[in-house]
Amino acid sequence: MDRLAVTHQAVKQLLESGEVEGVLALRASGPSTILHLYRKGDDLSDLALWPKYNAPKIMDLLQRSAPDARLGMVVRGCEERGLIELAKHNQVALDHLRLIGVACTAEERDACRCAWPYPTQIDAGERVEGIADALVAEHDKLSLEERGEFWKQHFARCIKCYACRTVCPQCFCEVCMLEDSLWVHTGTMTPPFPTYHLIRAYHTVAKCVGCMECEAACPADIPLPVLYALLRRDAEEMFGYVPGRSVDELPPLVVETLPQGG
Amino acid sequence: MEYRNVLTTCAYCGCGCGLYLEVLDGKVVGTLPAKNHPISEGKLCVKGWNSHAYIHHPDRLTTPQIRDRRGGALREASWDEALDLVARRLSEIKATSGPDAIGFMTSAKCTNEENYLLQKWARAVIGTNNVDHCARL
Repeated sequence: MDRLAVTHQAVKQLLESGEVEGVLALRASGPSTILHLYRKGDDLSDLALWPKYNAPKIMDLLQRSAPDARLGMVVRGCEERGLIELAKHNQVALDHLRLIGVACTAEERDACRCAWPYPTQIDAGERVEGIADALVAEHDKLSLEERGEFWKQHFARCIKCYACRTVCPQCFCEVCMLEDSLWVHTGTMTPPFPTYHLIRAYHTVAKCVGCMECEAACPADIPLPVLYALLRRDAEEMFGYVPGRSVDELPPLVVETLPQGG
Repeated sequence: MEYRNVLTTCAYCGCGCGLYLEVLDGKVVGTLPAKNHPISEGKLCVKGWNSHAYIHHPDRLTTPQIRDRRGGALREASWDEALDLVARRLSEIKATSGPDAIGFMTSAKCTNEENYLLQKWARAVIGTNNVDHCARL
């Protein structure tokens, strides 16, 4: 059976088992797919796997609305890691969730330049190994001055649509610093260099799992995941921390601020 | 719990970006861009991303309001009463001051067909070329 058929079967079984109220998965709709909460008895023929969306953010929304609901979710690697990070920040409850793991295809991996294109448990699809992000490698070759110029040129195209913030599963603050006129003026374009993008970048540290949704949503094609990947690499080198790897690993911003031995 | 997405077209300007309105238990709670959409290719501007915001907004007017005298307060009215008033006053103004005393504002939020109808009505029925558009405000 192909990956979609296996996923279809797993969703059907989970719904029929009565263990969950619904399963969050992608559904073919118009030109795209879109997230949908399938419920028992629903027609599953339009279940789909690609293009992916910011599924962890939608699970956050569903659990906020119904904190006690038991739900299922079809997850790929980045989505599972996104959920794990959200759980560490008390945004989603993993023990209320039943996950159906899907491995990404080589084409999907390449589209996302993904280093980790599979979840912990693969229920559907074949595991393909991750690749290094070629854009990060190119960026590494630049001098300090060239890097500054690189980002300045990219950020100059920003239309301040806030899509990177709005689409991001890891952006869940009730009050967003980027809407504070102290940092980002209203009524002017482009956002002040570099506050908007650097505030956002710092806020992704030890949270961003590299799901690429910000890049997909950016109307100016700014390679934001490259910036966040650099910070992710720093956090790993300095603190041994990899976002989304394990629910038991505490984020360095918590650990480093605890009293010694705490 | 019910969560579904409804494919639609952004109502904020004439570009025609594709988006989904997120419906949670019968209420529109968010917007997601339509990936692979021929116009917007999964991107939206800040207005598009907020397409859902006015639907259930408490400030949204859901019934016509009439101000009976200049400086007076607005009161809620039925559509029949409001349309009767508009028709009567437009006829009066046209009769006393001529058709060019009247102007029409139309909107990118409407369909092409609705905008066509409004300019046709302004020019052929009222008799004025005073037609403008929210994008120039």
